[in-house]
Amino acid sequence: MNFLMLLLVCFRALRRNAMRSLLTALGVVIGVAAVITTLGIGHGARSQIEEQVNRLGQNVILVFPGSQSLGGVSAGGGTVNTLTVEDALAIRDEIPEITAASPEVRSQRQVAYGNRNWFTRIYGQSADYLHIRQWPMEAGRMFSEEDVARATKVAVVGQTLVEELFEGANPVGETIRVQGMPLEIIGVLDRKGMSLMGSVQDDIVLIPYSTAFRYVSGRTHAMVINIQVLSDEYMDIARAKISDLLRERHRLRPEQPDDFTIQTQEEVARTATETSRTMTILLGSIAGISLFVGGIGIMNIMLVSVTERTREIGIRVAVGARTRDILGQFLLEALLLSCLGGLLGILLGFGVSTLIAHHAGWAVSVSVGAVFSSFVFSAAVGIFFGYYPARKAARLNPIEALRYE
Amino acid sequence: MPVIEIENLRKTYSMDGGLSVEALCGVSLCFESGEFAAIMGASGSGKSTLLNILGCLDPPTAGRYLLNDDNVAALEGERLAALRNENIGFVFQSFNLLSRTSALENTELPLMYNHSGLGMTEIRRRALAALDRVGLAERADHHPNQLSGGQQQRVALARALVNEPSVLLADEPTGNLDSRTTLDIMALLQQLNDQGMLIVMVTHEQEIGAYTRRILEMRDGLIIRDSPVENRRHARAEASGESTTRLNATES
Ligand SMILES: Nc1ncnc2c1ncn2[C@@H]1O[C@H](COP(=O)(O)OP(=O)(O)O)[C@@H](O)[C@H]1O
Ligand SMILES: [Mg+2]
Repeated sequence: MNFLMLLLVCFRALRRNAMRSLLTALGVVIGVAAVITTLGIGHGARSQIEEQVNRLGQNVILVFPGSQSLGGVSAGGGTVNTLTVEDALAIRDEIPEITAASPEVRSQRQVAYGNRNWFTRIYGQSADYLHIRQWPMEAGRMFSEEDVARATKVAVVGQTLVEELFEGANPVGETIRVQGMPLEIIGVLDRKGMSLMGSVQDDIVLIPYSTAFRYVSGRTHAMVINIQVLSDEYMDIARAKISDLLRERHRLRPEQPDDFTIQTQEEVARTATETSRTMTILLGSIAGISLFVGGIGIMNIMLVSVTERTREIGIRVAVGARTRDILGQFLLEALLLSCLGGLLGILLGFGVSTLIAHHAGWAVSVSVGAVFSSFVFSAAVGIFFGYYPARKAARLNPIEALRYE
Repeated sequence: MPVIEIENLRKTYSMDGGLSVEALCGVSLCFESGEFAAIMGASGSGKSTLLNILGCLDPPTAGRYLLNDDNVAALEGERLAALRNENIGFVFQSFNLLSRTSALENTELPLMYNHSGLGMTEIRRRALAALDRVGLAERADHHPNQLSGGQQQRVALARALVNEPSVLLADEPTGNLDSRTTLDIMALLQQLNDQGMLIVMVTHEQEIGAYTRRILEMRDGLIIRDSPVENRRHARAEASGESTTRLNATES
């Protein structure tokens, strides 16, 4: 029997049990989809981190609350309340190598304009925040030191807000509401970057930190202090001075550990990349295991189907099928099922990745390599888990097989 | 020249626990082309065992089996498969059709395993011709569960004939059929035999044997009688006669 004929035999056999075939392939579908999605997310997370690091700006130092040794620090931390606004002001005013310092407080809030709503992130920052970030403005102005001092209800918005609430029209002078509180828009930020991540960076509302503390976040302490150093060569000395100043201000005795963590741009990048790699490996292994389980599912159903199709095998042998025709048929059926599962899984993985990318605003990118390798892997799963049932089918005694009820 | 020649054929089944059953205890036979033989005998006398060996589905324990002068006992699995495919048509009591598969695709099956590498159009053409030969061409698309028992057995016959075998083996082909359908199938077998096909069938019904040309009786793994059929019955004539009788019965 030539290969084309064998293929036809397999197609007919799979079609006869279309439902079972699909269910058999389902395990591989889910496994491959999981692999594709995790690899895509991992890839996306890495490029997002690169983006975030770049957008930190030049010569930036970040100070987080909590001690690193106590595990209190992460990029999204801020559960420990040790950094005050006064700390930020002291850093800016007392250390000559430092040109700007902005205490940051973030909140996720619903923002309303007219009958439109948008869920966004509200950042409380100082007036010089845009210098630290090196983020130009498109229209209007940034809030001033005086706005910060008086906690005025003003806001500078990113491009996403302009699109979602104002349909692209210039919003300067309009008033948006957060939890019923009016905020007057005084400025619009430039679009930040061209990456797929653009939407995230632009999905932002900046307000004076004083306003944020008083009316929005309910917090009393900074989640991060963003600091800009005069130039690259002063990074180390600035770092040392920040540490001394904060230890002194927090009245830490020499034997006490820091209750804050200082990180430069590169350090943030390294930590974040490491975290994302660990996550990718973790998720990837889970996905791999589910693909493996899918393979076992194929073997399981193929074994059941060998028993169930005992008579069919007997019939085929009786009309002249050779041992290797039977072996080939069952092996090829398993291979076709796993490849079908692989293809459907790749499509599903694409779909899920796109959905995640859309909703989370991540650049989930599915690479050709991931698609190729998961397809090859699912084919290997088919052959590996299909062989045992196929051999079992090929070894059946035809007379007993024909008598099988 | 005989198509089938067996000499002192033996088959011993060894069971678990050291027991063994002698199903055939030295059977010698010859079948020429154009013959129509019935193997008869009580249940357990070895009829199916003999037919399975003739059909190359089961190897004999000892003895000689020549099929078209090929020594079957000496052949390997590959060659046996080719013999089954090209030289033997097998029909079973329980039809043994692939379920959820059309009559046509069932009939195509042996052609797909054929070594001559036929194309799909030729396979389809030959399968249709075989279905036509058993009078089922217009049911080619029907699945087994849409066919009556007699029609299913016809499909099985078409499948057995499709590779133009040199012998048609049938193990109680009418065992699952009512008497009316039995007549139809016997008429079809007689017609095939009239066209020159060698047919060996197993049956335990004396009546069925009367439609063949030669009766072999088995007991305990041996042939105890081998005699030609006198006053051979003709199924086709009886079938039409029966319908006439039935007509008369409804009239009166
Ligand atoms: N696979 C087998 N294993 C053991 N004994 C068998 C097997 N097949 C048949 N036999 C035995 O061989 C004898 C002949 O069986 P069989 O050829 O099926 O008889 P028949 O078809 O005439 O009813 C019986 O005693 C039966 O029990
Ligand atoms: Mg029997």
